[in-house]
Amino acid sequence: MNPQWQNRAASRRRDPRGRDYISVKDYCFWFGQAQVLKGLNLDMQKGSVTAFIGPSGCGKSTLLRSFNRLNELNPQARHRGDIAIEGLSIYDPAVEVISLRKRVGMVFQKSNPFPKSIYENVVYSLRVAGENNKSILDEVAENSLRSAALWEEVKDRLGESAFSLSLGQMQRLCIARAIANEPEVILMDEPCSALDPIATAKIEELIHELKVKYTIIIVTHNMQQAARVSDSTAFFYTGNLIEYNKTQEIFLNPQNDKTEAYVSGRSG
Amino acid sequence: MKAIRKNSQVSGKGEIGVWFSSLGLSLGLLMIVALLGVIAYNGLSVFWPKRVVQVEFDPQSAPDLGSRSAVAGIITSQKVKSQESPEEWRLFVGNKDQYGISYSYFDRDSLLKVTQPEDLLVLERTAYGKAIGYPEHISGPSGELVSAEHPEFAERLGSLVRECQDRGKEIRKLETREIGAIHEALENLRLQQLRLERQSELSSKDREALEKIEKERARYESLFTTLATQARSLRDLQTSHKLQYRLASGEEIDLPIGEIHRFFYPNQIGFWGRAAVFCNHIKEFLLSEPREANTEGGVFPAIFGTFVMTLFMCVIVTPFGVLAAIYLCEYAKDGVFVRVVRIAINNLAGVPSIVFGVFGLGFFVYLVGGTLDELFFSLRLPTPTFGTGGILWASLTLALMTVPVVIVAAEEALTSVSPGLRESSMACGASKWQTIQRIVLPASAPGVLTGMILAMARGAGEVAPLMLLGVVKIAPSLPLDNQFPFLHLDRKFMHLGFHIYDLGFQSPDSEAALPMVFATTLLLIVLVVVLNLAAILIRNRLRRKYQIAGF
Repeated sequence: MNPQWQNRAASRRRDPRGRDYISVKDYCFWFGQAQVLKGLNLDMQKGSVTAFIGPSGCGKSTLLRSFNRLNELNPQARHRGDIAIEGLSIYDPAVEVISLRKRVGMVFQKSNPFPKSIYENVVYSLRVAGENNKSILDEVAENSLRSAALWEEVKDRLGESAFSLSLGQMQRLCIARAIANEPEVILMDEPCSALDPIATAKIEELIHELKVKYTIIIVTHNMQQAARVSDSTAFFYTGNLIEYNKTQEIFLNPQNDKTEAYVSGRSG
Repeated sequence: MKAIRKNSQVSGKGEIGVWFSSLGLSLGLLMIVALLGVIAYNGLSVFWPKRVVQVEFDPQSAPDLGSRSAVAGIITSQKVKSQESPEEWRLFVGNKDQYGISYSYFDRDSLLKVTQPEDLLVLERTAYGKAIGYPEHISGPSGELVSAEHPEFAERLGSLVRECQDRGKEIRKLETREIGAIHEALENLRLQQLRLERQSELSSKDREALEKIEKERARYESLFTTLATQARSLRDLQTSHKLQYRLASGEEIDLPIGEIHRFFYPNQIGFWGRAAVFCNHIKEFLLSEPREANTEGGVFPAIFGTFVMTLFMCVIVTPFGVLAAIYLCEYAKDGVFVRVVRIAINNLAGVPSIVFGVFGLGFFVYLVGGTLDELFFSLRLPTPTFGTGGILWASLTLALMTVPVVIVAAEEALTSVSPGLRESSMACGASKWQTIQRIVLPASAPGVLTGMILAMARGAGEVAPLMLLGVVKIAPSLPLDNQFPFLHLDRKFMHLGFHIYDLGFQSPDSEAALPMVFATTLLLIVLVVVLNLAAILIRNRLRRKYQIAGF
């Protein structure tokens, strides 16, 4: 981790905003001329699972990809407002985008393992950071695969191509790959949308186990999944945050008509 | 019901286009198959030993054979020119030392007698090509004779020929390797001496060195004399046994056994005997050096030159093209400039290859090579080392010529790597370059190889630029051998494409060389196909390795 970050983070820990682990403030986002996010404000607690729900195109994935500044790969991306993790803005000039991405891991909708062996997939983030010590790599690989509940299934074939795994296993491999960096936050962008119910159940179980150590933000289209795995839920609609509350409240007692219509399946 | 039937008839409307497109394809395929068929038939039939006929005729009907009235030869064509004129035969008569021609034409009507004598012998000689005649006897150094009627005549001749060939190898080894090494050493001594003598003042140490050089030279020269004597005595042995044979037209000729390359009785051997000679011919064609101004012998140096040059070209062009493609695809921002660059790259692919040849000559050979010579090989001047055509400059120029192909293919391959892969790599904390290097490049390797295959297909068959850049009719040595530093990039080389041109259009007897032209063409095609197949195999293996999981 960037030592500068640690120092800064420590010095700002008493920042009033710091009580909330991740805080989004007046965040607006554009792709070219199109405004995707329209002034969002929300705070997330450490060690919680937050679900982002909403109809397609509402901006939930864009917000998710803002947390690790992945949107910036698109040269047309612009933003206003701020996102802070542990009190330190991710746009702070002292923050290198690479060290940010190490703190904030990500699992994608399409499980896209690298065209490498299972082992090399898991230790990829260490390799790019310049770590080549075999014993460290082995340890990280085993721990990450265990955390992703994949170790027992692949421990005898770590050298095989990652493409030899099933879809559900691939997605867990991607989770292991994200964990290997020892991030603090894990972003999940519809991680189960391509999986069958059994693989989905496994991932959900995994999310429950992971939230002890990591702060998780998950985008999902599956209401039941949001209800099952998350502590809080945020409902987005056309780039606005409509409602953000404890998951139970959102589903049982929504304050907004749009939220109610969406969670009950009448719109979306 | 009626409407349906009508409809089914109407559904053929416009489908005629399918016929046109399939017609186009089949025409193309037909032409390719026909071309390959002609080349393969003519190329392979060169090696098949045909039967030999003896014809008797009225001397006036064949003036180019003088007053001879019989000749033996291989029928190479039987043509009817028009309804009135009789069938015309073309005979390969060989014996160029006696007849001065390779082919002779006869009207079928003027031939008095056509026979296929069993005891006719075909001799492949190291000079003057084939001889066709009746063996008489072998004479030894002390006058002993083995007559052709002797039951063990063929065996005796065979063992003598083999013996001479082994000795020939020994002589060649002596002359090229050992005497060559001495020449090399003498040349080095000369350069050392030159370096010392160019200094304005000679120290005592220098003088000592000069004396030492003199001594060394004397030692090498005496060694040279010994080796040369040895080679000469071996050479004398080559002519100690002689074969006497009689031509169908009556001349009797003594031929030293050392000049016989191979012999066979074309009218005695059966199918398997012919097949054995055929295989032998092919082996010689592929593995030995050319003789007789390239019209006889093999084309090994040309195969090797083509192969090495193509390989070099790939080694140079692939990284170069891929780097350019990476910049264009990953880093360059779309704008007028980048568009102009892209257009320029595409246009570069259409520039005639001879223009590249001229550029290579001016830039690589004269400018770069000339500068290299002045800087590092000034002692050898005015004899150029790199300042003349050579395999390095030829490969570089061809690489330049084929780089657009690789850039276009590589860019396509890079673009087709899924953005998800890039994003996940970046999300793992990899920088852009790390992502390209570790994820994008391996995943696009099959596409890059496709570009390389296309470049190879274009580069391997190219001749025009090479003629300016160091291709020669006969190269004395290969670009890769056992002399330090093993890889001689400055050497001139032979090339199959140029070999074809040279045989077909530059040789003194192009009619006699025609079969070799076909054989060499066939070989060039086979070589390109083999190189492509190898690349395709590698690509398929990579594809299997990097296949993207299907959804």
